[in-house]
Amino acid sequence: MEIIEILFTASFWAAAIRIASPLIFATLGELICERAGVLNLGIEGIMVAGAFAGWMAVYSGTGLWTGVCVAMVVGMLFGLLHSTLTVPFGLSQHVVGLGVTLLATSSTYYAYRLALPEVTSPPKIEAFQPFEIPILSDIPLLGPALFSQTPLTYLAFVLVGVVSMVLYRTPLGLAVRAAGENPAAVAAQGLSVTAIRMGAVMVGSGLMAVGGAFLTMSAFDSFFFEMVNGRGWICIALVVFGSWRPGKALLGAVLFAAFDALQIRVQQTSLGTLIPYQIFLMMPYILSIFALILMSRRAEVPAALMVPFNKGER
Amino acid sequence: MRLEPINNPTLARKLVPPALALASTVVIASLLAMVAGANPFSVIGLILKGAFGSKFAILETLNRATPLIFTGLAVAVAFRAKFWNIGAEAQLYAGALVTVLLGTGFLPWSSFAILPLIIVASIIVGAVVLLVPALLKTRFGVDEVVTTLLFNFIFLLFISMLLEGVLKDPMGMGWPKSARLIPEARLPRIVEGLRLHWGFGLAILSAVGIWIIQTRSTLGYEMRAVGLNKEAAAFAGIPVNVVIVKTALLSGGLAALAGFSEVAGLKGSLTLDLSPGFGYTGIIVAMLALLNPLAVVVAALFVAGIFVGADSMSRAADVPTYLADIMLATALLLMVLAIMLTRFRVVRD
Repeated sequence: MEIIEILFTASFWAAAIRIASPLIFATLGELICERAGVLNLGIEGIMVAGAFAGWMAVYSGTGLWTGVCVAMVVGMLFGLLHSTLTVPFGLSQHVVGLGVTLLATSSTYYAYRLALPEVTSPPKIEAFQPFEIPILSDIPLLGPALFSQTPLTYLAFVLVGVVSMVLYRTPLGLAVRAAGENPAAVAAQGLSVTAIRMGAVMVGSGLMAVGGAFLTMSAFDSFFFEMVNGRGWICIALVVFGSWRPGKALLGAVLFAAFDALQIRVQQTSLGTLIPYQIFLMMPYILSIFALILMSRRAEVPAALMVPFNKGER
Repeated sequence: MRLEPINNPTLARKLVPPALALASTVVIASLLAMVAGANPFSVIGLILKGAFGSKFAILETLNRATPLIFTGLAVAVAFRAKFWNIGAEAQLYAGALVTVLLGTGFLPWSSFAILPLIIVASIIVGAVVLLVPALLKTRFGVDEVVTTLLFNFIFLLFISMLLEGVLKDPMGMGWPKSARLIPEARLPRIVEGLRLHWGFGLAILSAVGIWIIQTRSTLGYEMRAVGLNKEAAAFAGIPVNVVIVKTALLSGGLAALAGFSEVAGLKGSLTLDLSPGFGYTGIIVAMLALLNPLAVVVAALFVAGIFVGADSMSRAADVPTYLADIMLATALLLMVLAIMLTRFRVVRD
């Protein structure tokens, strides 16, 4: 009964949307990479790097939006590294992705230790504050949930529309999708598969980094080790769950986040005290695996995902 | 640009790119150490000295290499068949869990009975842990990269639950830590007085065993065939899914031995920080070894040397230990690139 009551509180849905926001950025980023034919397992590390870069920029005195841009640029640099190795050189996307995750994570921790050698608890920044959209935020239940969020959350939702529009309504989007489905056809049109794929991986990685920055600049106000905590891997599952479509991926991210917000609240009820808290923490990961099983039969995987393209090769 | 296969690579072609990759890793690490305020020319020397400079250091490196040989083998076996097991961390903890379940006193047997039992049970349970993602792959086509990764998180939480619940040591002063193994369930030292346990011997034996399986058995041949070309393997009558499941069982069992050897040989009990990412580092070990089981031993020593050496370098030169992870990631990325360049030529259009 308590669970049903929780579902009808605005704070629950507000939390769900907040938890979904970093996932939306990173899932969109991964989706763009995969649509162009590149699996980007660097996502976990790129989120860590983005979380640190954005936060560190603001801590050193830049504005919040500059911080977001710094995170984006750092993410794009790791995307450039990833795509240089996987696209023109055609190296294993699994190995390079894991290597990029390790490199991004370790260099972030290294930079953190160098920048703040003596701190025991990480310093805080003045993070993004909720912005109440006039009129809309007065709607009962929906208002506080959807329209009293931080600007980055609004940006995440807007981006879903933008990415969807670009992918399905513009020549650029067509080229990206074709690079992931039939790269030979793209090359036959006189376009460079290499350039399209590298561009897609860089933009996608930039979005992943913004997803990471959301954690340090909007959800919390400081940087912790292990703060990304597998969110990147969950986003890879969300891309599959969303059948490589931005709209469905958004739905998946919100559902997932609602579930996550629910488990946090159920932990505090009488039912929750009976069950070890680890069971609740496991739930998001188990849910992701179930989502993958459920969708695996229907998934429309981009045909050339993980297939390197070498011009002139048949 | 375009890649063109080289038919008869010269000796220089085979050696120069990997050597350049290693040299670049050293240069990058030195520069990063300089950023941290250390003398760039002394850092590599300090790492080498910390890893191999004394009897104590060498034993420490061998001990650190032991779990990495197991996880490296686990990854090498799986990757050879293009089964992407990123979950060696979970299987490692499965082996460690079995070791404390059987080895903390409820079986009052002698070492000769209890150690083989624990080894076999660890292998079986580790294999079963990886069986789930393997079956999800063969039955439902679910990508094993994501499932094995997610299983790492699930399994670690499961261990944490047990350590704070039924497995919690009542004498543990409230720490989430299992009871200690009975002396019979501990792996003895190879040479009395030297801090190196038989887990290292078992790791070397496993490497040789896997090498024999891969080069001298039908299963090894089938695993390679499936890895090279699934369709061709199926066409040749190889039961692809059966081979994938067998590969997973072997891989999971090997990774579980890492957990067994850490608990029975070194730590004596199970804690949540048993593995500082040995499962993930196994991927680097396997790739640096080009998936060759015998080379895994060498690669594990190299990687363990960097970790142990970086620890002591960090104390001496005040450079964060994360430099070791950066070096390994750089070495991994540059090495896969270098290996490709030994076989392909980059041609401008």
